[in-house]
Amino acid sequence: MSGNVVTRLPFPVAARRELGDEQLRRNLRKATHTIRDKRLRVVGEVPDWEPLRVAGAAIKDDVLARLPDLLEQFEAAATAAGATVHWARDAEEACAVVAALVQATGTAEVVKVKSMATQEIGLNEALEAVGIHAVETDLAELIVQLAEDTPSHILVPAIHYNRTQIRDIFASKMADVDATTLTDDPPALAEAARRHLRSRFLSTKVGISGANFAIASTGTLAVVESEGNGRMCLTLPETLISVVGIEKLLPTFADLEVFLQLLPRSSTGERMNPYTSLWTGVTPGDGPQTVHIVLVDNGRTDTLADPVGRQALRCIRCSACLNVCPVYERVGGHAYGSVYPGPIGAILSPQMSGEGANRTLPYASTLCGACFDACPVRIDIPQVLVHLRQSGVDAARGRPSAERTAMRTMSYVMRDRRRYAAALRAARRGAAPLRMVAGRRGALRRLPWPLSAWTSVRDAPLPPKQTFREWWAREHSS
Amino acid sequence: MSTRPDARAEVLRRVRAAQPTAPVRVPRDYAADDGPAGVELVDLLVDRLEDYKAAVRRCTADALPAVVGEYLAGAESLVAPAGVPETWLSSFEGPVARDSGALTVADLDAPGVAVLTGCAVAIAQTGTLILDAGPDQGRRLLTLVPDHHVCVVRVDQIVERLPAALRRLADPTRPLTMISGPSATSDIELNRVEGVHGPRRLEVVIVS
Repeated sequence: MSGNVVTRLPFPVAARRELGDEQLRRNLRKATHTIRDKRLRVVGEVPDWEPLRVAGAAIKDDVLARLPDLLEQFEAAATAAGATVHWARDAEEACAVVAALVQATGTAEVVKVKSMATQEIGLNEALEAVGIHAVETDLAELIVQLAEDTPSHILVPAIHYNRTQIRDIFASKMADVDATTLTDDPPALAEAARRHLRSRFLSTKVGISGANFAIASTGTLAVVESEGNGRMCLTLPETLISVVGIEKLLPTFADLEVFLQLLPRSSTGERMNPYTSLWTGVTPGDGPQTVHIVLVDNGRTDTLADPVGRQALRCIRCSACLNVCPVYERVGGHAYGSVYPGPIGAILSPQMSGEGANRTLPYASTLCGACFDACPVRIDIPQVLVHLRQSGVDAARGRPSAERTAMRTMSYVMRDRRRYAAALRAARRGAAPLRMVAGRRGALRRLPWPLSAWTSVRDAPLPPKQTFREWWAREHSS
Repeated sequence: MSTRPDARAEVLRRVRAAQPTAPVRVPRDYAADDGPAGVELVDLLVDRLEDYKAAVRRCTADALPAVVGEYLAGAESLVAPAGVPETWLSSFEGPVARDSGALTVADLDAPGVAVLTGCAVAIAQTGTLILDAGPDQGRRLLTLVPDHHVCVVRVDQIVERLPAALRRLADPTRPLTMISGPSATSDIELNRVEGVHGPRRLEVVIVS
């Protein structure tokens, strides 16, 4: 079992469904454009942004090259500081470890800090199955949980809702809110969330988190957040369980000087997020006195084994690539099926799991490259997308393929100038009767099978009335 | 609890089988050191704190008690870690609870409770206060549960950039909290809104 990183529907099918929702597209456009502008402004304030990106990428590559040693170093340091370190091969094992730890405390409810790792392994569902209710405390996660929906963005899981929709969810699902007076004013909605969660923060015995960074030399974990729900979950419970992907390591504390500059500006477009918490094992008299850390593989080592694709493991989950992606902006996160949507999801999900329809995800891109420009750790997402598409084609070699036959024919025609010119002439003659159908757009919306596969997602342009070569020859003939 | 030696061995085996072999050199061509210190640093910190909706006052050491007193004027009671100097809170007329580890969450959650602390270091460029649980900062929950936090920053605690701030910390394994403005969220249409779970009033006094 790989958890929630497998899409059941092929991307084109899911995308078509999502594209039909005009409200969704308006909400996404507004939110992604807001954050894009903010990110550009605060990144522009940093004169050494590019050296920081280069350093961030190299530090992560260094971690991947020394991962076994750094994992053992982290385990030893965290253990010495009073934490208990657990290991999990996959999502199922990680969930079982956490469930057993929670059951041992005898509690039936836990508070959760927003965490991609726990979303990835499907922890809430696994806990629910053994009678433990997990309360999401991040505002966007709370919205998604109350709506019984799934996240659609790495940073803001409820990005697909606007303020009025959020107001309606709160009014119908929060028992402690007065539906007649609640407005859709964002501060009023934040206040409603504060009141809804406050007593839970102050009384719940077990907190569950992920970690943005894990420091190998000291055994320290870091959580970067905004609302203070993270601090509540990390500070007030008696027991803290943190689920951490094995790629989250940084060699030393000093390496945070790079990532704490890159992450906030890339994710929320702030110079610094309101709260960052760092803790090392157990501190007597301050915070949880029982601390567990679960190190999770779940497909990361499969990703690590690919020399081109392993750069995806540099990802610090900032979501800048989602916010600049023309495809994500139109289809939203649900179209990708996995908890990792957008450009990074299109390369991460299929590498973490080859199940379901994940092999359709590398095609969910125009290869425009905006994601690479925005990535704070210089993941060359277009390069990996092309690499994964190529791997998919290679895997299918030996089987008949209409596309490959077409490409072979094209190659034969284009290798010779006369053959090419003759083919163009033939195409133009063939297209002449279609010009009426194509109208002023000069393109056909649908072609008959098997070319309908091409026009299912794009128009087929008709050949121009004359080529550049013909125009040139006529202009210069006299 | 079981530490599942089979899982540990298997994950490490997989990592060893998959890991790249070439060593990586990390170029650190970014600005790791601060520029020269000066008054501009204080101006920058004030600007950045106010930009993220914290209130800021600058004063001399002599005027500090009065300024702190003004910020605490509406508070019904005050909590202070054991290491906060008596002079800082000398203008506050309400009840003061010094935390020796005995204050409960319910004490701190009572209406009208304010907390007064110092900090370990402040970053001008990002408007960030770092608390490292030192004697004048105390346990983490002190600056979390009360709705009103007043923080005193000495001018010599201000650095320009994050790298210098991290190097100033005495012991990075102490519990650390980095605070940049009051509690906020960007979860509604990706616009920043102040005031969720942490203290909604953050006030900073910079003492020269």
